[in-house]
Amino acid sequence: MTWDVALILGIDGLANGAVYLLAGLGLVLIFSVTRVVFVPFGDVAAFAALSLAAFETGRTPATIGLVLTLAALALIAEVWSLARRGELARIPRALLGWGLLPALPCLAAWAISGHAVPAAVRIAVAVALVVPITPLVARVALQPIADASVLVLLIVSLALHFLLSGLGLLFFGPEGSRTGPLADGALTLPGGFPLSAQVMLMITSAVVLSALFFLMFERTVAGKALRATAVNRVGARLVGIRPARTALLAYVLASLLAGLIGVLVAPVMTMYYDSGFLIGLKAFVAAIIGGLVSYPLTAIGALAVGAVESFASFWSGALKDVIVFSLLIPVLMMRSFLARHAEEEAEEIDQ
Amino acid sequence: MVIAAGAAAADLKVGLSVSLSGPNSSLGIPYAKGMQAALAYKPEINGRKVQLIVLDDASDPSTAGRNARKLIEDDKVDILMGSSGVPASVAMAQVGKEAKTPMIGLSPLALDPNENPWVVTVAQPPQLMIDAVVERMKRNGVKTVGYIGFSDSWGDLVYGALNKAAEPAGIKVVSNERYARADASVTGQVLKIVALRPDAVMTGGAGTPGALPFLALAERGFKGGVYGQHGLINPDFIRVAGAAGSGALMPTGPVIVAEQLPAEYPTKKMALDFKAVFQKVNNAPSTDAFSAYSFDSWLVFADAASRAMGKAEPGTPEFRVALRDAIMSTKEVVGTHGVYNFKPGSLYGVDTRARVIVKLDNGQWKLAP
Repeated sequence: MTWDVALILGIDGLANGAVYLLAGLGLVLIFSVTRVVFVPFGDVAAFAALSLAAFETGRTPATIGLVLTLAALALIAEVWSLARRGELARIPRALLGWGLLPALPCLAAWAISGHAVPAAVRIAVAVALVVPITPLVARVALQPIADASVLVLLIVSLALHFLLSGLGLLFFGPEGSRTGPLADGALTLPGGFPLSAQVMLMITSAVVLSALFFLMFERTVAGKALRATAVNRVGARLVGIRPARTALLAYVLASLLAGLIGVLVAPVMTMYYDSGFLIGLKAFVAAIIGGLVSYPLTAIGALAVGAVESFASFWSGALKDVIVFSLLIPVLMMRSFLARHAEEEAEEIDQ
Repeated sequence: MVIAAGAAAADLKVGLSVSLSGPNSSLGIPYAKGMQAALAYKPEINGRKVQLIVLDDASDPSTAGRNARKLIEDDKVDILMGSSGVPASVAMAQVGKEAKTPMIGLSPLALDPNENPWVVTVAQPPQLMIDAVVERMKRNGVKTVGYIGFSDSWGDLVYGALNKAAEPAGIKVVSNERYARADASVTGQVLKIVALRPDAVMTGGAGTPGALPFLALAERGFKGGVYGQHGLINPDFIRVAGAAGSGALMPTGPVIVAEQLPAEYPTKKMALDFKAVFQKVNNAPSTDAFSAYSFDSWLVFADAASRAMGKAEPGTPEFRVALRDAIMSTKEVVGTHGVYNFKPGSLYGVDTRARVIVKLDNGQWKLAP
């Protein structure tokens, strides 16, 4: 291996790592606030990429139908639970929030499909279209069992992944898609080594989004509420933070991250209906390195996973994924040696 | 009642099982469309109507096997055709052998022909196709070739065939890089190949994942020739590979470039007929190689059935034996992919007339003479 090769692999790894970093942030965010390991995270990213590809080829993405169906289901669940509690006055707000709000991106998507619109509009609509998926899915399947054990939540989340990836196959077919590049051109580094604009965009996005994340958690009330819920759900309730509300915020933010990941990677990776799972799984390795709670450790883990993957594909292409997932073994061993054994989950009070 | 049953039994029955749903459906649907075109092209054999029964195996080999059993036992078909994948086709052939029903496979088969004398396939043997690629490399002065392919049986098969053909041609295979169909990037593998500075690169992929090495090689500015094989002849490959696939050379059945073939090419007329009837039946042009395989299997069946009908009545076990013997003695049946000659002890029936080399040029396959 020469220095050039190492440099190319390093940058490739950095670009991959940037994607895993964003995905890892989403996974940690959802897990810390709701205790759900959100397996379908990657599927949402794939939906964004494939919807964007559908716009580019002039088709109407079937994602619209999915979002509308989910919105209808969520609306029924919400109205039913409000009616049962006798809070009829809050039904109009539920109609607005669970019915109308998710329908807006669908309307936009329906309006632009088949028309020639600027790439930026297509990208924005593709991202907006998938943002409601995670909160709606969570409202229908996860919120009713929000107080179940982590294992039950994981099983439900896994089932949701199979459901979504099956729907992805139905909607987009078995063949993959690539979208046009978001950024053209390349920068030549000293030494004549080209760095493509797309890779720079991926790395920059990861840095900027991480910074925004940091600012939100440090400086905004919503961010502090999320942190409070993550640290201690019962304590957060005692000071007037509603877990259902913070969970919703976490799901929306994670969904937005997934949508951004989808459109960022679509020009450099061939996305299939099931590509999201592998992205999610590698981000999960990064999140595990961060113990599913620490954002900085997850970021380091993501970059490590990206780099290991890149170099492993040079040493042995066929064993690449084996090497990446083997990372988990030493990490888990070290964590279990170092961790203080916390109490089993305390009983949660009812919502 | 007896007369009605007799009349029904007199029809010829063809049972088709392909993947109309599931991950293999991008192959299975064209197969089924091609078969509908074939039915419209030749709906009668010796004055007898042919009935086509189509079942979906959902890309699952065990469903394909069950379909074959259902077609034989419930529908009493005279011949089986299918499927869209090698494992599903093998499962069907196994049932065909047990029930003594002949089968024309639509994909390459991994079977011992001496053990199962009831099956042939219209697909080209992989070695025949790879030989054509290696011949082309030799003509283009290639001395060393790097290989990158799937880390599965298809990648092994192409690598094996490449090695077998390259050695006698004086070409050295310098690498054996692999990647998984689901992989997002092959930068590492391609860097390794580029560092070896081969004259050309051979790829062993299929469909859209097969485009990955082309994209990575173009990104690294690889200047040598990039060669593919018939697994890549697919409009989805062109869509994903984009400009990176431009100039790639690969083998295919001549039907893909039927219009560009010289007038005296043996399969030209049949291929044009097929394209016309396909357009009429399906209201869309045929863009893939798969529908043409279905068409050819029907032509082989029609030829064999017309000879077998003199020996026994359709719908009877005797007819199935006669049909099998007739298929095994197929002589010079002109199809769209090639000219078919089947004989016992061999699964494949095509020769060098069943392959041409095409070049991807601006999103179109161009005949590379």
